Amino acid sequence: MSFVEYSDFIQDGDVAIVYLSHDSMMPVKVQQGAQTQTRYGVIRHSTDLIGQRYGSKVTCSKGGWVHVLHPTPELWTVSLPHRTQILYTTDIATITMMLELKPGSVVCESGTGSGSLSHAILRTIAPTGHLHTVEFHQQRAEKVAEEFQEHRVDHLVTVRNQDVCKDGFGVTGVADAVFLDIPSPWEAVKHAKAAMKRRGGRVCSFSPCIEQVQRTCETLAEEGFQEISTMEVLLRVHDVRTVSLPLPDFGPDPSEPDTEREAPTTSGPTHAAVTLKTTTPPREIPGHTGYLTFATKPRT
Amino acid sequence: MADHEDDDYQCRIKEGDYVVLKRGDIFKAMQIQPRKKVIFEKQWFFLDNAVGHLYGATFEIVSGGTLQPEKPKDTVSSDGSKEAGTDNRNIVDDGKSQKLTRDDIETLKEQGLKGQQIIDQLIKNSSTFRDKTEYAQDKYIKKKKKKYENTVTILKPSCRILALMYHGREPGKICHMRYDTLAQMLTLANIHAGSKVLVFETCAGLVLGSVMERMGGYGSVIQMYPGGGPVRAGVESFGFPAHFHDMLHEFPICHVNSLLAGTLDTTAKDTNTDETKSNMAAEEEQNQPEADEQGSMEQQNMEINTGDETGQDQEKTRKEAKAQEKKARLEEKRKKLAAAAALLEGRNADGLVIASRFHPCPVLMGLLKFLSPSRPFVVYSQYKEPLIECYTKLREHGGTVNLRLTDTWLRHYQVLPNRTHPVLLMSGGGGYLLSGTTVAMDRSKPAGSQQAEEPAPKRQKLTDTEG
Repeated sequence: MSFVEYSDFIQDGDVAIVYLSHDSMMPVKVQQGAQTQTRYGVIRHSTDLIGQRYGSKVTCSKGGWVHVLHPTPELWTVSLPHRTQILYTTDIATITMMLELKPGSVVCESGTGSGSLSHAILRTIAPTGHLHTVEFHQQRAEKVAEEFQEHRVDHLVTVRNQDVCKDGFGVTGVADAVFLDIPSPWEAVKHAKAAMKRRGGRVCSFSPCIEQVQRTCETLAEEGFQEISTMEVLLRVHDVRTVSLPLPDFGPDPSEPDTEREAPTTSGPTHAAVTLKTTTPPREIPGHTGYLTFATKPRT
Repeated sequence: MADHEDDDYQCRIKEGDYVVLKRGDIFKAMQIQPRKKVIFEKQWFFLDNAVGHLYGATFEIVSGGTLQPEKPKDTVSSDGSKEAGTDNRNIVDDGKSQKLTRDDIETLKEQGLKGQQIIDQLIKNSSTFRDKTEYAQDKYIKKKKKKYENTVTILKPSCRILALMYHGREPGKICHMRYDTLAQMLTLANIHAGSKVLVFETCAGLVLGSVMERMGGYGSVIQMYPGGGPVRAGVESFGFPAHFHDMLHEFPICHVNSLLAGTLDTTAKDTNTDETKSNMAAEEEQNQPEADEQGSMEQQNMEINTGDETGQDQEKTRKEAKAQEKKARLEEKRKKLAAAAALLEGRNADGLVIASRFHPCPVLMGLLKFLSPSRPFVVYSQYKEPLIECYTKLREHGGTVNLRLTDTWLRHYQVLPNRTHPVLLMSGGGGYLLSGTTVAMDRSKPAGSQQAEEPAPKRQKLTDTEG
């Protein structure tokens, strides 16, 4: 297992995702002799996980069962331990495409936060790219570096514990893309520019408030960035349901005497209804995550 | 910095390069060919002059060719006086505010005035311009710029640019897939270097190309295609290096059943009779005029030279050569099919992406069998209903978890001092996605077992309380 390479069987030391239901998943660090408690009972790693195929069904002690899935950045995003507010897959997907990330891209990111986006970047830029990520919170920086190691992607990433607004990204002239998710991105725009390749590249800033966007756009324009564009992407999940719509009873129809005579004798008061497959929106949906501002650094 | 020289070479436009032309929000994909007339946004020009310049450069179009203008431009109008009104109470729409007539403007154009100069003239001759608010002036200039500025920017193609281009230019060709939807697909399918991905698409090759870009030449992509051959027009536009094509395989979807049944014989040459026949027919048609010409020339020669025998000999050798060529092509095709079949036979693909004009349900149910357990799949459809059917079928059939039927909502913003607001609402039209993860099939109780997964707890509780 690695977050950038599939394998078929679960091995000691892997991180596996235990799938309980569509809204309940947990990451498990597979260790010989270890046990994991779920609401369906206990999972014994040595017998239930190690050597099993990813995707297989595991029966727990209480008779319930779960599926064990190969980790992906998307599954990690919905199961990771939060240390900060995180970016979700919808925004991550947009960021990845709009920053034109691909194998070999060199990317700068700040802040690292809980590493949700970092894992997705690493997946996309492997095996030849590199991520330089900056997190000013020491404990978070250490924790995320530890995770990168556990997930076997540490060869693709450098974590720096410094303040990006003051000290920049720790690299200059190397990045194809820069991503900013910090409270005052306009203070880091200069550093972003310095970190990027001379030939140019793409930059993205994620901000929840429009005032932040305003200041960032102004600074980007001042620094000579082009194609400045702000957008917002929201996910709509559709619940597939079978619904039943009853038909009203209009009473006996005198124009059709035949059916009138037969109907009451066979079924009495009928409750006719039409069932159909449809979708319903969830009662509440996330209405706003953040504004995504993209820009191109021209060649300098 | 370290990347200078090597960088410069990569950044320069070369003959034969696939590029994207851009003006405003309009894009057009092109190949740089010598002395080739290009029509873009109602203007024609040659791209020859662009060769050797850097990607991202903007060119002004002058009569018949291209010319590189100075890059940094004054964004503010050259009209130095910064006079502006505060409101529009005194601005009357009498249709006479512009003193230049249409003919005047045409003559300005014929004189070969640059776009900026025409705009300056328009501003000078607008009686209301000075009374407009600063914001209205800005808007006026922007509008005129769009109309009169004849510049074109040349970009290096990427998934982002081509997805934007197709969505803006030919949405019908890509089943109205919006670029943010394509972005979701690539991420949800966990497309990355080193994996083995199945793609079934009728989106002109845009989806295939995007998958290939994300794989960077590592791993393999198997394009399942309907009809006589795979459509890859969009893939060309990406301008991938040659080695990217080594990872690309193709397999006709009409052979899926026989492959699954184990009856596909890739050694016999009659396995792909239908399409090879049609392909050959098409090729023969193309070759026809040339062949005819040759034939008539030979006939002439015959008459002049000698008897019939030598002519017949020539005819014979020609036919033989042609047959040989045909044979070689068939052999090539057979080899390709065998290679793709070998990749599929392991039934251990790492991802599946479907985006087509076909009904997605049978495609999904057929192709899902080629995936390893614990691998993601994504199905795109312009319409929601067929995906509801897919969802229901998958639930009945089992073998998948984490099913989600989604679409995304995209909104762009105009961000300007004191004028920030949403610009465009793009809801609907972007298409829908069904995504999920495969799991090992439960052999003891194949159908129905999965169904209990979600509603089960509730019903159990209900029976508990009732009982």
